Amino acid sequence: MKNDLRARNHPSWWAFLVHRLSGLALSLFLPFHFWALGQAFQGEARLDTLLRWTEQPLVKFAEVLLIVLLAAHLSGGLRLLALEFLPWRGWQKSLLAWAAGLALAAGLAFALAL
Amino acid sequence: MNMLQVSVWRGAAAGEYRTYEVPRYESQSVLDVVTYIQRSIDPTLSYRFACRVGMCGACAMTVNGVARWTCRTHVAKVAEGNAIQIAPLANLPLVKDLVADMREFFDKWARARGQFVPSATRKDAFARVAADSRARAAVEAGIECIGCGVCYASCDVVSWNADYLGPAALNRAWTLVNDERDGARAERLRAVAGDAGCHACHTHLACSERCPKKIEPTRSIAGLKRAVAMAALRGEL
Repeated sequence: MKNDLRARNHPSWWAFLVHRLSGLALSLFLPFHFWALGQAFQGEARLDTLLRWTEQPLVKFAEVLLIVLLAAHLSGGLRLLALEFLPWRGWQKSLLAWAAGLALAAGLAFALAL
Repeated sequence: MNMLQVSVWRGAAAGEYRTYEVPRYESQSVLDVVTYIQRSIDPTLSYRFACRVGMCGACAMTVNGVARWTCRTHVAKVAEGNAIQIAPLANLPLVKDLVADMREFFDKWARARGQFVPSATRKDAFARVAADSRARAAVEAGIECIGCGVCYASCDVVSWNADYLGPAALNRAWTLVNDERDGARAERLRAVAGDAGCHACHTHLACSERCPKKIEPTRSIAGLKRAVAMAALRGEL
């Protein structure tokens, strides 16, 4: 017999899913990021064209999502390190709440500063 | 009388769910429900239990999709409306109906060197283990395992990697690593250090979430990861 989502429906499994999916999404974004930076080699005008393109509202929104993904992956990773390397205590769910809170706060801070 | 609709897995791997109507009582356990079906409706239903009081670990099943000890699970706690679904434990081969084959589960305890290896003889004095020592506290946190297999059935890593030793076997190994009377620390750390050992754990915490004895195997596995890393740095592995 195999488990379905009912067995997986607990906070730490959802945290795992967010960590895994954000990691995958970031690794897909990374080549585009390097390509964008590489445009500077083609001259100032090329880079400026690209930077103007990123001023569009939809791209800005995607940028906020990207920040949330990055922050979620970072705080999720710190959560795992704290769980595995610090003395064990009953703080699994608090750690998770902190990680989620940090990710959302980072996204919000970025969105408001735009 | 208020009747409970109970959907029970029948047959082996190629079986199906069959629905039974069971009278609902106050303070009824899921094991009571299964026993009622077997004794009053269909005597061919196979299931496993022994102590009925949460000590032996024999009666674990999947109840509404979640692995649980059925003798200590109240119907009132898990029923969705008036319905309940009962299946055998996941991640284990199926013998028949609600009986999962536990051989692999216990073989992995042996593979994780779950046996105590004495470092003294009967002629030596009793070991004096300080009750408040850090190692004894670590043993205390994991020692009450009843071997029910709920953690093993709930673990995604077990479903992904058939060789993974699993939370219960690794928890057992951790209690022995912290047992100062034990004489096989290095061998045990070697046994749990491979691809199928403690480092395969993804810290989903499903085992800790589901353990009916409130043990946290993730804690033990994290301890093993650190102990293995330290032993490797010291050149002991």
